[in-house]
Amino acid sequence: MNPKKRRRLAFAAAIVVAAAGGAALVVTALQDNVLYFYSPSDVIQKHVPAGVSFRIGGLVENGSLKHGSGAQVQFVVTDRREKIDVTYNGALPDLFREGQGVVAVGALDARGTFAASEVLAKHDERYMPPEVVDALKRSGRWKEGQ
Amino acid sequence: MIGEIGQLALCLALALSLVMAGAGLIGARGVAANARALASGATMGFAVFVTLAFGALMVAFVTSDFSIMDVANNSHTMKPLIYKITGVWANHEGSMLLWVLVLALYSAAIAFARRGSERLTSAALGVQGLLAAAFLLFILFTSNPFLRLDPPPFEGAGLNPLLQDPGLAFHPPMLYAGYVGLSAAFAYAAAALITGEADSQWARAARPFMLMAWIALTLGITLGSWWAYYDLGWGGFWFWDPVENASLMPWLVATALLHSALATERTGAFRTWTLLLAIAGFSLSLIGTFLVRSGVLTSVHAFANDPERGKFILAMLGAAIGGALALFAWRAPKLEGGSAFFMASRETMLLLNNLLLFGAVSAVFLGTLFPLFQEAITGAKISVGAPYFAITFAPIFVVLLLLVPFGPRLGWKRGDLKEAARALAPVAGIALLFGVLVLAIATPHALAAGGSFALAAWLIVSSAADLRLRVKSRSLSPSAWASAFAHAGLGITLMGIAGTSLWRVEAQDVLAPGGTLPVAGYSLRLDNVVLVQGKNYRAEQALVSVLADGHTIAMLRPEKRFFPAEGQAISETSIRTTGFSDLYVALGDQRDDKWIIRAYVNPLAPFIWFGGGFMALGGLTSLTGRLRRRAVAGALAEMPAQ
Repeated sequence: MNPKKRRRLAFAAAIVVAAAGGAALVVTALQDNVLYFYSPSDVIQKHVPAGVSFRIGGLVENGSLKHGSGAQVQFVVTDRREKIDVTYNGALPDLFREGQGVVAVGALDARGTFAASEVLAKHDERYMPPEVVDALKRSGRWKEGQ
Repeated sequence: MIGEIGQLALCLALALSLVMAGAGLIGARGVAANARALASGATMGFAVFVTLAFGALMVAFVTSDFSIMDVANNSHTMKPLIYKITGVWANHEGSMLLWVLVLALYSAAIAFARRGSERLTSAALGVQGLLAAAFLLFILFTSNPFLRLDPPPFEGAGLNPLLQDPGLAFHPPMLYAGYVGLSAAFAYAAAALITGEADSQWARAARPFMLMAWIALTLGITLGSWWAYYDLGWGGFWFWDPVENASLMPWLVATALLHSALATERTGAFRTWTLLLAIAGFSLSLIGTFLVRSGVLTSVHAFANDPERGKFILAMLGAAIGGALALFAWRAPKLEGGSAFFMASRETMLLLNNLLLFGAVSAVFLGTLFPLFQEAITGAKISVGAPYFAITFAPIFVVLLLLVPFGPRLGWKRGDLKEAARALAPVAGIALLFGVLVLAIATPHALAAGGSFALAAWLIVSSAADLRLRVKSRSLSPSAWASAFAHAGLGITLMGIAGTSLWRVEAQDVLAPGGTLPVAGYSLRLDNVVLVQGKNYRAEQALVSVLADGHTIAMLRPEKRFFPAEGQAISETSIRTTGFSDLYVALGDQRDDKWIIRAYVNPLAPFIWFGGGFMALGGLTSLTGRLRRRAVAGALAEMPAQ
């Protein structure tokens, strides 16, 4: 093996090692940071355990928004079949409305209430998160042109 | 009338783009000089008609011509003039027309500058013509901005208030100038494959377009991040959201392309790799457009969208990427290989730069599209959280940034690693000292802060030392300034990111008038909430006194604005900046007679955008230095004739 070939082989080996390291990094990082999306029906059917982070999406039920002490709020997310209580401590996004779609990140507590750490804002009031549309379709409560 | 002019101009532009494509590709063959002239003329005509169509739409917006559906859906007579103008591209149809306008301007620049051989220019114009035709068909069939509305409404539906903002007004044109600028690099790469001219002459011809694209992308991302920071009211500057990643990926590839093309230009190395990067850069721009426009991924930045359009863009994406890669597979093996270089050389450093940037792009790409793959395979809907990106992206970038100062120190083909290490040793000493200093005084996250600041100092000081060395040896060139600016800009941005992410202090409370909120040594007092009237909105404005040591040092006025035309409310944050630190206050929703007030102190936040500006300045220095050199060379060439 001449020096040129040896250098090339060393270089190729270095790339393979780096790529393998990178792939391992990516896989572990993905495993820990994937959030599942569940509709209220999914939450009931799948018996999602308390403390596991996920995203919930559906419609904010009309008349369900209640203010607690401080910045505490409480509202109900529904896919028009099942309902989940959601609590959140913070300012709600500007486009948050009763009767409109919402996506929140958080986990269930021991009583089965979803404690949200983040209520996602959106830029456009005509925009409906695709997961919410899908959740409503699956619960059979989606009307075209909604 | 104006709508018909616009429509007609678009149709004529489509016809001319087809002429451009046909004549340009025929002109790529050696003998067809007439076809080359035709392609050049058609390009100019195409640019004129697209400009005319864009102008027509702008007139329709400015005069509030609601007989045009696009105007009726996205404008309002009460809107300030500036947002009537920027409203042209603040909607899907208009933004696609802006895309084609930028494409037309780049095509005209290619035809006008005629860099590289005649065959190369002609083939590049042909490829630009194909892209233009595809986008014009897309506009005419799925997103026509000139569709009429009969009868016209008396008033328009207005523009999303979030978009009525100076930061976002100029963010899309910048980003498009970057995305589409990569189409010029793509066109040159395809032209090189068609004509077989992928030498250093080719790289010299294509490089200004790569630089323009890179500068525009840098500024576009910087503007977008700044806008998200002050307008969304969350105090963050980057969320690893799919729409943000869609702009970051082309930037990373464009950065790799600039460095790789530099080697191709100087020594002819990495020819095929440079071509592949040029193809990948534009492909990622198209993928970004697809992700943003089709709504397949949930994004906080998502706007209402139409799946039909997504399918069209996907088809275009397949044709462009597939076609280019097929061309690459067919022609690239016939290209001549590059020249050899030693292990310790600038080429090796550029190669490492490219490998690391490629790794970073792969990590972002995988994280962004993983939810799509997962849903296709298992049906489960997931999203990938921001920590994934931090875990994968950060280590790659740390290695990359550690290596940056070595590049400019090593000579082409054969450099002296020992000499470079000797020259960089004092720089490393200063950087370490700075890191230890930060480590000693910083709380919290002292270790991470010390490391980040040492790395930032390593970049900035080595750039300065490089300039000093070149002044001494009288070899100070625009390209030396350019690399110093860009690399120092990276360091500045890194300081901003580290300061904001590690030392941010946040506070939130529900305050009645007279109540106070302490945050990081300041005390914020809510004096009152008053109603103010804007041109097309009314706002609740909180009057917040900033107290330090019992003295009022500033008044902040965060607002919640309500736009009656659109029936929508947005918050407007208020920021007091010293250049080194931001005090950031947002007004939340009302709870009975109290208000939610959120405040952040973001140390070094302005550095993030300042560094972005520095990087763009580096690109600009390289571009102008290059164009001036060419002008001087041209003048010298003409001298004997006089």
